Amino acid sequence: MLATKVIQDQGVHVEGINFYTGFCVEGHTHAIRKKDKDKQKKNSSLWVAEQLGIKLHIIDISEEYKDIVLNPKHGYGQNLNPCLDCKIDMVGRAWQWCQDNDFDFVITGEVVGQRPKSQRKSTMPIIARESQVQDRLVRPLCAHHLPETHPEREGWIKRENLYDFHGRNRKPQIALARSLGIDEWSQPAGGCCFLTDESYSNKLQDLWNARGERDYEIDDIMLLKVGRHIRPANNFKLIVSREEGENNFMRGYRPQFTYLYPTSHGGPLTLVDGTPTEADLELAARMVARFSQGRNEDNVTVELVRQHNEPAQALQVKPMPIDEIPDSWYVN
Amino acid sequence: MAQHELNARNLLCPLPVIRAQNKISELSVGDQLTVYCTDPGTLHDIPAWCRVHGHTLVSTEENSDEIVITIEVNDT
Ligand code: SF4
Repeated sequence: MLATKVIQDQGVHVEGINFYTGFCVEGHTHAIRKKDKDKQKKNSSLWVAEQLGIKLHIIDISEEYKDIVLNPKHGYGQNLNPCLDCKIDMVGRAWQWCQDNDFDFVITGEVVGQRPKSQRKSTMPIIARESQVQDRLVRPLCAHHLPETHPEREGWIKRENLYDFHGRNRKPQIALARSLGIDEWSQPAGGCCFLTDESYSNKLQDLWNARGERDYEIDDIMLLKVGRHIRPANNFKLIVSREEGENNFMRGYRPQFTYLYPTSHGGPLTLVDGTPTEADLELAARMVARFSQGRNEDNVTVELVRQHNEPAQALQVKPMPIDEIPDSWYVN
Repeated sequence: MAQHELNARNLLCPLPVIRAQNKISELSVGDQLTVYCTDPGTLHDIPAWCRVHGHTLVSTEENSDEIVITIEVNDT
C-alpha cells in the first residue's frame, strides 16, 4: 500500500495485481467459520485499491502455483512456504502482465531485511533476475539500499523521493504512512497465506505422506482449512467439522467422500478420506459418536453413507472414550 | 446491451470476483452481468470491485440461500 502511494505521489499511474494461490487466508476461512462471522469479510487488497484509487486485477494462479509449492527451487521457509520461489513467480507474472498491458515497470512493497528468508539483501537481486524483470523492478521503500533501476535512470521516478527502510522495525513505515495520510492498515504480507501456518503445513505434509506422493488438488487444500483432521492409520483420515459453518461448507464435499453423521444426537458431519476398511469405518463411527452430543451415552446411532445419494447404513455404536483417541492421531 | 449470467454458487471469495472480472472483460459497454453467489463475502467484494473498476452496481439481492448481483459494464 505504502509503496504504491509513494510511486503514485510521483505522478505515476499505478494498477494493482493480486494473485490468488488457493492458500490465501482471507475470504475463505472467514466465510466458512461461523465463529468468524463478525470478522470483516472484505477482501483486503480490494480495500487497499479503493483507498488508493487504483484498479486491482485479481488473477487466479492456483493451478500453476502447484509447481511452486511442490518443487520450490529455493526451498521452504519455516513451514511449507516457498516464499522466494513464490515471489520470483509473482514478480515474473506481474512483469508479463505489464508487457501485455503497456505498463513500464513493477513495484513491490518489499523491505530489505524485513523477512528472514525471502527479503534479505542477497535475495533481492535473485528475484529481479529470475523473474526476468531485471532492473524494471522498483522497491520504493528500500530503494536506497539497492542499485538504481531503469525507471530511476530514465527519470520516470525520482530516486531522492524513494526510501531507505530496512529490517523488521516498522516504525519508520508507520510514520511515513501517517505523513501520507494513511492511518488504517491492511494486514502485512505473510499473515495472509496458509503456507506460513505450522498446523496447516503439517496437514499438507501428512496428506503427502499418506498418499506417498507430493501432489494436491484444489479441493484437498480447501479441506485442509476446515475441521479437525484425525488420522488413525495411513490408509484413512477423518475430517470432523467443528461447527455449523464448517458443517455447511463440508456438505458440499459429500459427493466425493464416504461420510458419517450422528442421527440419535446432534453432532458433526465427518468426511472419510482414503480407503478405509470395514473395521476402520466402525472405528470412525465410534469417533463421530465421541464428538456428538451423545458422547456420554452407551449407544449412539451414526449413519454411514459410502456413496452420496445411496442409502445410509445406520450403525449403533458406543462412543469412543476420549483417552482412547491418542494425541498422535490429531494432525495439527 | 445484452444480458449475461454467471454461476458463482459454491465458490468462495475471491473466486466469484475473479470469475465476474474475467467475464466482464469479454463483455461490451452497456451489457449487464448477473452473478449468482452463495458466499456472503461477495456482498462486499463484488461491489468493491465495481467501484474500483468504475462499473455500475445495478442491484444486489440477498435471498435465503443465494445472493444475486447485477453489474452494468461501463467504459473504463
Ligand atoms: S507468505 Fe507470501 S511470499 Fe510466502 S508463500 Fe505465501 S504468498 Fe508466497
